[in-house]
Parts: sequence; C-alpha cells; structure tokens
Amino acid sequence: MAFPDIGPVWLTLQLAAVTTVILIILATPVAWWLAFTRSRAKSAIEAITALPLVLPPTVLGFYLLIFLSPTSPLGGLWVEVTGTTLTFSFTGLVVASIIYSLPFAVQPLQVAFEGIGRQQMEAAATLRASPLDAFATVAVPLALRGYLTAGVLSFAHTIGEFGVVLMVGGNIPGETKVISVAIYEHVETINYRDAHILSAGLLIFSFLVLFFVYAVNRRFPLRVG
Amino acid sequence: MTTLSIDVKVSFGSFGLEVAHQLAAEGITVLFGPNGSGKSTLLRTIAGLERGARGRIHYGETVWQDDGDHLFVPAHKRGVGYVFQDARLFPHLTVAGNLAYAEKRSGGRPNGLELETVVKTLELQSLMARRVTGLSGGERQRVAIARTLMTRPRLLLMDEPLSALDVRRKAEILPYIEQLPGLFDVPIIYVTHALDEVARLADRMVVLSLGRKVAEGSVNDVLERIDLGPATGRFEAGVVLNVRVAGHDREYQLTRLDHHGQTITVPYADVPEGGMVRVRIRARDVALAIEKPEGLSIRNILKGTVSDIVEEPATAYAETLVDIGNARLRARITRKSAFDLGLSRGKPVFVLIKSVSFDRRMVG
Repeated sequence: MAFPDIGPVWLTLQLAAVTTVILIILATPVAWWLAFTRSRAKSAIEAITALPLVLPPTVLGFYLLIFLSPTSPLGGLWVEVTGTTLTFSFTGLVVASIIYSLPFAVQPLQVAFEGIGRQQMEAAATLRASPLDAFATVAVPLALRGYLTAGVLSFAHTIGEFGVVLMVGGNIPGETKVISVAIYEHVETINYRDAHILSAGLLIFSFLVLFFVYAVNRRFPLRVG
Repeated sequence: MTTLSIDVKVSFGSFGLEVAHQLAAEGITVLFGPNGSGKSTLLRTIAGLERGARGRIHYGETVWQDDGDHLFVPAHKRGVGYVFQDARLFPHLTVAGNLAYAEKRSGGRPNGLELETVVKTLELQSLMARRVTGLSGGERQRVAIARTLMTRPRLLLMDEPLSALDVRRKAEILPYIEQLPGLFDVPIIYVTHALDEVARLADRMVVLSLGRKVAEGSVNDVLERIDLGPATGRFEAGVVLNVRVAGHDREYQLTRLDHHGQTITVPYADVPEGGMVRVRIRARDVALAIEKPEGLSIRNILKGTVSDIVEEPATAYAETLVDIGNARLRARITRKSAFDLGLSRGKPVFVLIKSVSFDRRMVG
C-alpha cells in the first residue's frame, strides 16, 4: 500500500514552525501594549487583531492577494528586492499565516501580561532592573504559560488553515501545497484513501495539541500574586 | 546628611496632590495622613513611579526630576529602595532568588549591606530555600525589606509596610524596621496612617491632608498640635513624652517614670532604672480637674496649666492642651465640662491620666 506523499506534511510543519516563531516575536510587543496601555486606541487595535477570528478566510485571502501581488506597493517592492513574488510562494504563505493566526498568539499573551500587572514591573524597577531587564527576568518567566499556549495554538491553527492558503498560495507542490490543500485535491480527484489518511492524521494531531494545552493549564495553575 | 527637596503636583481626576517640602534625609521621617491624603502618591512620585507627576525633585546634588529641563530619571536609575504595602515578591523565585535578584543589580557598593548581615538582621536564615508563595504575611514583609536593602539604596521608601498585618505580626516586624537607619546608614521615609507606628518609629513627621502638607516637625511638636484633628484622627490623637525610668515597685509590679519632677506610674516594664523611654498618652485617656481629686483609682495625677482650648463646633468636644512643664499633654473633654470648670488659658489644673502606652526604648 502506497503512503500518500510526505511533501505536504513536511511543508506544513515548516510553515507552522516559521510562522509560530515570527508570530511570538511580533505578538509580544502588541500584547504588551494592549495589556498596559491607557490609550483610547486600545479597543480599535484589539478589534483589528481579533478580526481574523471572525472574517471568512476568503475575505482575508482576497485582500492579502491584492496587497501581496506584484502590482501592489508591497508586492512590487518585494519583487524588486528579492526577484520573486510574494503571492504563490512559501514566503507569501508565511505572511498570510502570521496575519491569519495573529489572535491566537496575541490573546494568550495579553491575558498573561495582564495577570502579572504593573505591580511586579514596578517592583523590578525599584530593584534597579531596566524595563528590558524586568521584561526578560520577571514578565517572561511569569508569562511562560501564556507563551506556551500562544505557541501551541499558533502552530496548530496554522496547520489547520485552508482558505487563505489556497487563495494566496495556490497549489504548488513543495512550495505552497500544504496538508489541507492536499486533502482538498484528493477529494476533488476522488482519492478518498489518501484524503482519509491525511484527515485522520490532522484530526488526531489537533486533538493531542488541545489536550496538551488543557492538561498543562490544569496541572500548573498560574502562580502570580 | 542629604536633603531631599520636592516641589510637585500630581492629579488624577478630582484628586490633586501639591506639595513643596525640604526634608533632611536622616533617621526615619514619617509621612502621615488619613487614607486619600496623597501620602502614598507622594512616595511613589519620589521613587519615580508616577510618570504623570509635574515639578522638581532633587536629592542632594542629584536631580531626579525637573520639568523645566525636561528631565525625568526613571525609577530604576534613582537608587531608591521601595517596600510596597503588598510586598510584591517575585513568585517565580525562592526567597534566596528574590534577594539575589536585588543584589545582582545593586551596583556592588557594599557599605555594610552584605547579604549575610541583612539575612541575619531580618532572621531569614530558615526561609531562604522557601518559595515565596508559602510565606506568611509577616515573613513576606521581612523578605521584602531585606530584598530592598540588598539593592543598597541611598534612600529607603516604605509604603505602609505593616498595614496588611495583624497587631501581633506588626509587633514582630517593628523592631526590625526601627534599627535599620542605624545599622545600615540608610535614611527612611515611611508612610503610615497609624499613630502607634509614628510614635514608635519616627524622628520627624510630615502630615498630609487632602493632598496638601498641613504640618511638619518633630513628632512631639506635631502630635501636640490640636488644630490637626481631621488629619491625625480624633480617636487615636495624643502626644508622646520622653521620660526617665525612676524605679520599680516589685511588690505591686509597677514602674515609676519621672518627667521633670512629676511621676507617672505604669504597670511594670522591663527597662533598667535611669533609662530613657518614649511613652504615648492619648487625648481620650486624659481627664482634667480644678481641685486635687481624692478617692480615685487613677494613680497618675499631674499638675499643669491650660495652654490652649479649641472647641470643636457642632460636637460635644473641646481639645485642650495642658502644660505640665517641659511638655504638653492633650486632653479631649466635653465643651460642657470646659464651661462648667471655667477652663481658660493659664488656669492651673490637675491632669488625670487613665493609661499610658510604651512606645520605644530610647538609647542613651
């Protein structure tokens, strides 16, 4: 019995890993700002970061396609600098995935930072820790569970995306053909056997990830305060 | 000795703090006032934790804030230690870890503040390996004080460090705090609204009310001011006296205290003869008589003259100040009594003291 080709699985894992790493780095300042700002713009920024939760992936994919295309300022600049296009490429998929999974990184981090509160940061400042020092030595250790949740959810959510990927990336083997797209293709060509294998694999993987997140949350209640 | 000079304004909504003050950073200075008087806000402003504060703060030659020059030194660069009301220990570190966090960033000027000495002074040896989440309230504050000392501060700010503790825990920690300035050569500004802490710890005090400074001076002078009723609180109001232990009566378990020739007898206190102690006498524990009373259970009857009476309008009471020679006592009596006894300035009276509380053993 032939195993369905491993290419999309490998590509999906790469995409999820790269997206998660970049997302954690980008989401940290955003979540920090949202947790501590008194600005009136807070609600607007919160709404924007939560948009990917409610928008149909096709809407997101449509706009991304327009913003990333070589005729747009950003897409055009990218072509000039790198010689490749953002649309229908792995890089384009990473950009799309970062936006698509943004709320899954920002929200757990924001909750974690809010849980730490200003008080601990003030205490660190009076112990002569600079803001960056206090962030690294107090905020991050206390927000570790938020980071774990953010990382796992971003990773899993990226693996599960379909609509955005299809619209921005298409279906190029080794470049943009991820598991969900591969499943779609198998179903279209009535190759149910391979569709079954990939679908069941994704189902089990997703369950294990969520199970892990909930189990960790239960076993290590946050120790703050 | 360094001078802390402050001229600041802070406003949050309807609350406004506006204080200009020069303070000799030496021993323990108490910032005193009721809740909402702005004393904690002033302390936070000194520490650099209130970015919204406007004005100037200088500590000796060092400028911490000067809006004219757009200068604001952030909290972590002021070299000021801060003990919070709620301790704020880092929950991801052990007791030893919390102390090491501070020491690592202290800039390494030991000046007597060695980890070993601090741990010994606050008796933390047995707690070092513990997680901070398992500590009692009193232990937490001791660790917080030690942690702040390990930053080797130029100035130690304490924001109601005992207010979350019950009377017994409070009594356990007070002795640690009172010896800090002497042991480690660090001046303390201490915020509280508890008069017992003032009498016990303070050398000097500044009284705040509704965001303004209403009094300042030595503890004895400020506490005998009867115009500060709303700021110092009526129930606990009173004065402190420095008295000499004249002797003990073992049979009846009494101690005699001498105040310039007048004797006050109190229940036996374990203080050597000749030693100086500080006692506190509350206005509500003092009664007045115009003739020497006989057949009373009250033993402490001193001679004095009325030096001031302030009637509190719309209440039954009059605050009275009585000179007993080299000191003045406050008495809270009814306006009716003041009228019936014909009390006025200069009138000789007998002062009856119902109870006396010991506050501090004076050194030397």
